[in-house]
Amino acid sequence: MADAHNPLDQFIIQTWVPIKIGGLDASFTNSSAFMLLTVICATALMVLAVRPRAGVPGRWQLLAELSYQFIARMVSDNIGKEGRTYFPLIFSIFMFVLFGNLIGMIPYSFTFTSHIAVTLTMAVVIFLMVTVIAFMKHGLKFFSFFLPEGVPIILSPLMIVIEVISYFTRPFSLSVRLFANMMAGHTLLKVIGGFVVPLGIFGIVPIAGLVAVMGLEFLIAFLQAYIFTILTCIYINDAIHLH
Amino acid sequence: MPQLDISTFSPQIIWLIITFLILYVLMAKVALPRIGNILEQRQNRIDDNLDMAQHLRNESNIDAESYDKAMTEAREQARKAIQETTEEISNETARRQGELGARLSGELRSAEDQISAAKTASLKNIHKSAASVTSEAMKALIGEKPTDNAIKQAISSALKVSNMEINK
Repeated sequence: MADAHNPLDQFIIQTWVPIKIGGLDASFTNSSAFMLLTVICATALMVLAVRPRAGVPGRWQLLAELSYQFIARMVSDNIGKEGRTYFPLIFSIFMFVLFGNLIGMIPYSFTFTSHIAVTLTMAVVIFLMVTVIAFMKHGLKFFSFFLPEGVPIILSPLMIVIEVISYFTRPFSLSVRLFANMMAGHTLLKVIGGFVVPLGIFGIVPIAGLVAVMGLEFLIAFLQAYIFTILTCIYINDAIHLH
Repeated sequence: MPQLDISTFSPQIIWLIITFLILYVLMAKVALPRIGNILEQRQNRIDDNLDMAQHLRNESNIDAESYDKAMTEAREQARKAIQETTEEISNETARRQGELGARLSGELRSAEDQISAAKTASLKNIHKSAASVTSEAMKALIGEKPTDNAIKQAISSALKVSNMEINK
């Protein structure tokens, strides 16, 4: 059956436990399961690994501390002192996306970050939050954000249009970047994997390619989590400091 | 493309919200404060240890200074003591040498006196015994005694010649 080798099959949402809340489909699916697994793994790393509270950390505690310091530095570099408030949120976003991407690298698992519904929801929530923060901080002065200082008056209508468009495309660029990267990577792996068996002994060639792409995909899994997080930082910084 | 199946959106979004909220609460309330605490404690401990090290270093510097001071003082004292002792010894030596010299010269003088006294006495004896020997010899040789004066003159001239030969 040709359908069995469809490289997009891995993205199918399978309902495991059908749940309905007031006409809304809230079924527990494979996506939900891997979201839960992500939360469990991230919590295990950040809570259980730190249980010894050692003065000199072991490997796992060191990993947890490094993650903490990595994001703490990112927040303080990009937002500054005011960023302390958003540190837990940004850290959670990073952990959620990173573990989602990495767990998705396990064969036969499911990558929930490869779904536009998930990434777009996150991006829209971040976008709304950033806009609310900006209004709370600056009130109507927030609209000066759309007209950068030092722009000639003649150009201002054009600049305002461009700035408004670029502002409102943020959630889409943020979500599509992550979803498309994850989906493309996993599709590519599946397509290359599909060559292995039909090629018989020469299947060693696609396997070598598979290993290389797998390494690349691990890099991308981390990189996309990093980009998603640092863009969130930059958006929050824009909201707090305007331009 | 399964991603565009709208019917799967609501369970995904609902579970995204549920799981993310759980993660956020766990991170914000449990994990991050705990790790922050650990890092802070470690930083404090490192700072404390550095402070302690600085403190000890200052103390040891003070100790080293006082040690140096004590050493210089001791060296100075030792130098002074050596100088004093040397002076004392040289004074004592000079004094003793003086005493010895005086005593030796005194003894030398008395010895010289004794020698000269003995010399004169023996010279006198020599004259006397030479005179008696001469007169006895003359008597035995020629049967007559020469006069005392003649003998005396002959002896003293002979002695003068021998003295001159001795003193030569």
